[in-house]
This record gives sequence, structure tokens and C-alpha cells, in this order.
Amino acid sequence: MHHKARWVGGAGITAGITAGAVLLSAATAGAQEVEVLAEDVQTNLDNVFVLVAAVLVIFMQAGFALVEAGLTRAKSVANIMMKNLMDFCGGAIAFFAVGYAIAFGAGNDFFGTEGWFLGDGAFQYGTLTVPVTFIFQAAFAATAATIVSGAMAERTKFKSYFVYSIGISAVIYPIVVHWNWGGGWLAQLSTPFHDFAGSTMVHLTGGVAALMGAIVLGPRIGKYGPDGRPRAIPAHNIPYAVLGTFVLLVGWYGFNPGSELAADGAIGGIAVTTTLAAAAGAVTAMLTIWAKSGKPDVAMAANGMLAGLVGITAGTAAVSNVGALVIGALAGVLVVMAVLFFDRIGVDDPVGAISVHGVCGAFGTICVGLFATADTDFWQQGLFYGGGAGQLVSQVIGVVAVAAFVAVTAGILFLAIKATIGLRVPAEEELAGLDVAEHGAPGYGQDVAAPLPPVPVGAARSYGATL
Amino acid sequence: MIGLVTAIVKPHALDSVKDSLRSAGISGMTVTEVRGFGRQGGHTETYRGAEYVVDLIPKLRVEVLCGLEEADKVMEIIRSAAYTGAIGDGKIWVVDVARAMRIRTGEMGADAV
Repeated sequence: MHHKARWVGGAGITAGITAGAVLLSAATAGAQEVEVLAEDVQTNLDNVFVLVAAVLVIFMQAGFALVEAGLTRAKSVANIMMKNLMDFCGGAIAFFAVGYAIAFGAGNDFFGTEGWFLGDGAFQYGTLTVPVTFIFQAAFAATAATIVSGAMAERTKFKSYFVYSIGISAVIYPIVVHWNWGGGWLAQLSTPFHDFAGSTMVHLTGGVAALMGAIVLGPRIGKYGPDGRPRAIPAHNIPYAVLGTFVLLVGWYGFNPGSELAADGAIGGIAVTTTLAAAAGAVTAMLTIWAKSGKPDVAMAANGMLAGLVGITAGTAAVSNVGALVIGALAGVLVVMAVLFFDRIGVDDPVGAISVHGVCGAFGTICVGLFATADTDFWQQGLFYGGGAGQLVSQVIGVVAVAAFVAVTAGILFLAIKATIGLRVPAEEELAGLDVAEHGAPGYGQDVAAPLPPVPVGAARSYGATL
Repeated sequence: MIGLVTAIVKPHALDSVKDSLRSAGISGMTVTEVRGFGRQGGHTETYRGAEYVVDLIPKLRVEVLCGLEEADKVMEIIRSAAYTGAIGDGKIWVVDVARAMRIRTGEMGADAV
């Protein structure tokens, strides 16, 4: 498709195609000739497209902020917004300083060692410039980091969270990325591991870190009754949560098609599989919770859309439209089961981040080994299409390796933070809400009346003591 | 003699209570947002598959100062305007008011109402 072509500016409006050359005459005065090669046009198009995609992925930060703020309580809304604001900032600087070099710099099979501070040896992909490659990857690093904030909502010290966000963006996420996208050992398996846009690299990494954070922190006060049964702590703003979900959907059109890293003919098909999986995930999550509890729960349906998106992210370029529908639909069921499961076993994840990103990230990655329709340079045909188990085995290896690595490193990071500066706020601060004690002022000013919190089934009818 | 009629009503009943009182010539009312429970004892909601009780339900408190002899009429107006027949329609009560004053003029008693 990279035909050599010439654009010639001159008087008159004529267009001609000669052997391998395109002549376009623009209606400009004078006969000045400007020669533009089609390759240059393509290169510029690639850079423009990927930069726009990077901006869409950065916009996902707004989606995460809204989803997490909406699904938690009003009394800590400033805190959750601040965490989303600052994990992007700390993460972007950390990824610029060291993360990008570890992830993509030349090095060994496990981490890179060149391109610190975007200096000598900084990686660039294909036709993309170093800055465009970096900004796209930095947006992904920030996504992995921000997944965790919701799972640790309403009880984490702000400064501790800030330290964590630098740790994951500077070291943990970049090492995982180097294994695959950086040309490391997962990319060198006899059948290379395939994760097109990051079901494992980004979402499983964030989801497992979220799991470790939630475990080390413990549940919010009032999440479990004296009988140990989980209680509902309802969302304070469902419109925020749904709006944030839509923002994330829009951002995903940068996340998945942008991961093609070129403006070519594949991006449209990737957008279609992304759309179908998102839609299917929302519908099946709605139906699943409807069947289980008698109501089509809005927050769960929103989680279902994100589950479908996370699920399709690895195989978005490799599966058929029907495959995308099936993957999204299964992810939607899976996310509801996972949310209820983590609730039952005592892991308090207020927004469902572990289920959406961790569980569905692993699921979607494995699905590449089942649903990939044909052999290509980047992946082998999946089991369901007669391609055998080769790709499937590599997918499982990648999921297990990344999950284990992140569980250990994120676990150590959170335990180290807990042992030094502390991870959890005092109980009285948690009960009052984090906004005033952590940040000085409430998220909603005093002229906005805060509604009284509802009482979970089985709870004593006195506020403050239990919630 | 002045009475204070206080009614706890469902929020959506406000417009019909207000319109009925006004067309009956009652010249003032005060409305506050309140929460509470009565015999109904709240209701349950579900979130992400778990049930929880909302026992303090939003209501409106309507207060009307009037001559004590008018109080029964005011009660009946409010009742018919706020009545749905469903549980949770609310309550109305009347108390004697020892003194009342209009701030602007300093009028006392029935003139202040």
C-alpha cells in the first residue's frame, strides 16, 4: 500500500495517475512544484493517528475518575478524584524518567536499560517518532496504574497511594511490558504470547495490583456484618459511573485501534470487535445480575461493558466479529460472578476493578488461544478454529507469569508502604470520610446537603458506629 | 388563639398541598426536607445484588400557622391533597401556639398570622 506517489502543486485542477505515481494539481497561483512521497504521507498519517489515539487513552483517566467516584461514597469523593489526578501525574513522570527505558529500551529478556528520560536509545516503533511512541505508551502505563485506585477506595492514605502509583509506573508495569511488547521472553516463546492492546499487559497487571492492595488494606469498616456476610455500600452517583463508563468506551477506540500503531486498513475491524464485545458484555452482565437479584443493576451493567472491553483487548485484531460477541458476552457473565465472589471471600473492591481488569483481562488473553481465526505473523490460529493448542499454551504461560510477578512485586510494594508510612487511614477518619482529613475540604461543599447513608440489611439502626 | 398545623407528607404531594391551601385562602406555609420512619419502617433497595434497608425515608414537613378554629379545616385540606391510600402517606398534628409576631410590623397574635 505504500505506493510511491507525487503531489504537484500548480495552476488548474487536474489529476492524473501514471505508472506508480499520482499527480495532483492544486489551484494555487504560481507553478511551484512540491514533491510529497506517499510514504511520507503514510508516515505522517501514522503519527497523527497514534497521537490522537494516545489522547483518547489519556481521556480514559477521566472515565476511571468518574466511574470510581460514582461507585463510592460522597464523603470521600475528593480523595478518589485526587488519586486519579495524581496517579496520572506521578505515573507520567515516572514512566518518562525510567519506565519507558525499562519497558522498551534495549536490554535483556526481562527488562530494558536504554532510553532513560527519553535520551539516547529511546525506543521508536515503525514509522512513529520517539515522542509519539512514548506518549502512546505513557497513556497505557497511566491506565495500568489508575486501575488500582478504585479497589483501594475510601480507606487508603493519599500519600501511600501516591508512592504506590510511582512504583507501578516506574518499575512493575514496565518490566511486564518488556517481557512482551519490549521484545522480552514472552515475545520469544516458540509460539509468541499475543496481547494486542493489553488485556494482560495493562489490565491484568492493574487488576492483580488492585487485588494485592485490597488484600493488604482489608475491607472498609461496615462492609461486613458481625456474621461476616458482605453488605451493600451503595454508589453515591450512578450518573457519574455511567458517564465514566461511556468515557472509557470512547477511550477504548484509542486503546485498541491505536495499538495497531499505524493508520492502516486494520483499525476499522478492530473498532468493530471492540464495540461488539463492549455491547455484549453490558447486556450479559445486566441479564446475569437481573437473574440473580431480580433487578437490572446499573452499576453492574456498567461493569459489564468494561468487562467486555477488557476481554476483547488482547484479541481485538485476531478474532472474528462473532468471536468478539462471544468473548464480550462471557466476560459480562464472568465479571458479575467475580464481583460476588470477591465480596464473599472478604476482598472489598468498591468498584469491581479486580473483577473487571484482573479476571476479564486473564480471560480475554486466554481467549486469543481459542478464538484467533487464522495464522498470521503475530498469532496462531486458535483451538476453536482448528489451530491446535500452541497459542493457547503461550497465552496461559503469559497470564500466569504476569499474574505471579505482579502479585509478588505489588504485594511487596504494598507491605513495604504499610510497614513504613502506613497504608490505611485511622478508623475515625475513614468513618468521617477521607476528604477533610486527607485533603482539607469536602468534595461537595457545605452548601450541598449530604444525604444520610442507608443501613445495610442486618445492621444496627445507628449511624456512625457501623458506616 | 393560634394553632400550628404540622404535616409530614410524601415529597410529590407538595404541589397539590400547596395549591389546595392557597385556593382555600391560607396565606402562608413553610416547607422543610426531613427524613424519618413510621409504621412503614422504611423499604429495601438492591445494589450489585445485595439488599439493604433504607429506613429513613425522605419526606416534607409542611407547617402552617392559622387561627386555632381554622386548624381542622387546614388539616382536612392537607389530608385530601396528600392522600394516596398507600402506606407512608404521613401524619398531621396541631399544637397551640403561645405567641406569634410578624417581624416587619410587630403585630401580635391573630394579626400576625
